[in-house]
Amino acid sequence: MADERQVIEREQSQEIIAPGYTFGTITDQISAVVLTKHTPLFWMACFGVGIGLLMLLLWSIALLMTEGVGIWGIRAPVMWGFAITNFVWWIGIGHAGTLISAILLLLNQKWRNSINRFAEAMTLFAVACAGMFPLLHLGRPWLFYWLFPYPNSTGVQPQFRSPLVWDVFAVSTYATVSALFWYVGLMPDLATLRDRSQNPVARVIYGVMAMGWRGSARHWSVYETASLLLAGLATPLVLSVHTVVSFDFTIAIVPGWHSTFFPPYFVAGAIYSGFAMVLALAIPLRAVYGLQGLITDKHLENAAKVMLATGLIVGYAYVLETFTAWYSGDVFEGAAFWNRMTGPYSVNYWSLIAFNVVLPQGLWFKRIRTNPVTLFIWSIFVLIGMWLERYVIIVSSLAQDYLNSSWGEFHATRWDWATYLGTIGLFLFLFFLFIRLLPMISIFEVRTLLPQAKVEEEARR
Amino acid sequence: MSQIFHHSANTLVRMTMVGVAVIVGGVGWVAYEFQQSAYQTRATQPREQPIPFSHVHHVGGLGLDCRYCHTTVETSSFANIPPTKTCMNCHSEIWATSPTLEPVRASFRTGASIQWTRVHDLPDFVYFNHGIHVAKGVGCETCHGRVDRMPLTWQENTLQMNWCIDCHRNPEKAVRPREFITSMGYQPTGNQEEIGRRLVQEYKIQDARTLTSCSTCHR
Repeated sequence: MADERQVIEREQSQEIIAPGYTFGTITDQISAVVLTKHTPLFWMACFGVGIGLLMLLLWSIALLMTEGVGIWGIRAPVMWGFAITNFVWWIGIGHAGTLISAILLLLNQKWRNSINRFAEAMTLFAVACAGMFPLLHLGRPWLFYWLFPYPNSTGVQPQFRSPLVWDVFAVSTYATVSALFWYVGLMPDLATLRDRSQNPVARVIYGVMAMGWRGSARHWSVYETASLLLAGLATPLVLSVHTVVSFDFTIAIVPGWHSTFFPPYFVAGAIYSGFAMVLALAIPLRAVYGLQGLITDKHLENAAKVMLATGLIVGYAYVLETFTAWYSGDVFEGAAFWNRMTGPYSVNYWSLIAFNVVLPQGLWFKRIRTNPVTLFIWSIFVLIGMWLERYVIIVSSLAQDYLNSSWGEFHATRWDWATYLGTIGLFLFLFFLFIRLLPMISIFEVRTLLPQAKVEEEARR
Repeated sequence: MSQIFHHSANTLVRMTMVGVAVIVGGVGWVAYEFQQSAYQTRATQPREQPIPFSHVHHVGGLGLDCRYCHTTVETSSFANIPPTKTCMNCHSEIWATSPTLEPVRASFRTGASIQWTRVHDLPDFVYFNHGIHVAKGVGCETCHGRVDRMPLTWQENTLQMNWCIDCHRNPEKAVRPREFITSMGYQPTGNQEEIGRRLVQEYKIQDARTLTSCSTCHR
């Protein structure tokens, strides 16, 4: 590797990987996180919190199964409450992973290579959390298979004119494609772990999962085609899944829901919260595992810029939504928004404006964008803001619609909170298992970022 | 480094993939067949009764009309089980000392009902009305089968929703003129589709949209 030495010492313009890395050191550093016997305290703490909250989730679900959905605060007229709020929030978070892995791949954005793996894992686990809520909300979750068209004894099939059925297909397709994409991308790295692992059991497990990957030219050619195809499949999903989720609202005639700009508004919101989650995960992880050389400040800044852009779209949507309510002259629409701003949910509404629109304006400043600590705090603001947004849309619209006589308020019970926190626990549990057992950064894709990966390319010119 | 896997591993993996598909598909198929099997729905299985009442004898042999015993079938949601008195109309004279019929006489003496075993039991969330079906030309035989050939009564059909809804979607395939309501072995005089369509119009049977509305049966 005499050539490699010379290339390393050459001046590098890229900021998406620290200078001084070689193919070997990249592989060493990323695989060491998994192959070491040492588990950092940070991991133990996060995994512990995850398990604790997961137990809370199991407890809440057991109670839900025995007592029914009445343990939640959902009462007429607000029958959607926390469950659907959390569903939309989680599924939105997943969108950043798909955007990073698919759209940025097709757009040839090299900086995605260092963050796509854990962002895709985040997508998978967020979709798992999201998928639980509509099922638990069914009342009889064990009959969830009624949602699918299958040969049955009733002679009827799901109502295909209902957006709730579209949702089933949108989310299950999303979960399938995300899982496939993530797994296909993992295979070369699983082979690396198989070859490097000292433990015979781990070697066999990684070996089975690597499906016989040997890194031959033919393997790579098939791999490139497969990942490109999957990226092509996943790209429309970034837009379509949250569009379909927004149809759950817009197809209904409830004031505050029934509007045509919900799809772009929801997709922007999804990517907004998703990038916030990417930052909230990446910042502590790179600090604990010393990965600042691979997930650089440039990555954080890029993600912050995406957040700023999507945040502005979301802010624009709030303005437009309010304007339309007034300009349409629709009494009910106007009243819905007036109630939202001044009624029982005004505190939630104004906090969401503060968290989603006002505070993120700080991201215009480079000092906030490039400081990991402030950026972490800002991403948490956005996560809270986006949760509040869904809460306000769902609860305030249902609580006060056309008939004053049937107005009511939603009050979350402790089991609403327990289920919500429980899914955060499930997410942490799965995510930290992933961190410990699989390479959190794509080894082979980061290696292509090195200048020496382009030696041959340059030589050919 | 030595190989972790023997090359047979490749075959094993392929077999596993095919095997999983076959097993999952197989389990689904078995479940589908099972839920509509006679074992599950109890269709075509004769039920034991406290008295071995034979429809073959009473309907097929003697030619009693269904409505002689099931008097409310035209007017009520429920086609009644006849009271003991109906049995005693004849059995105070015929077979009056038969030991088989002792439970009937006992019931008549004490006034306690005979505890028949119910054969047709729809779920409680289904609203079913015999009266309207009879009035619109659905023959007894259409749902209950050849009762005149049942020594012990059995349920002829699955009573599953797809069986109900087949007819609600295409009533013209099942209706018959009202005068043949209780006939067993009815054969249409001509094309059933044609006669059916005419009767649907004549009896003012609602369109499929109304007949298959959820709240038609689930009220």
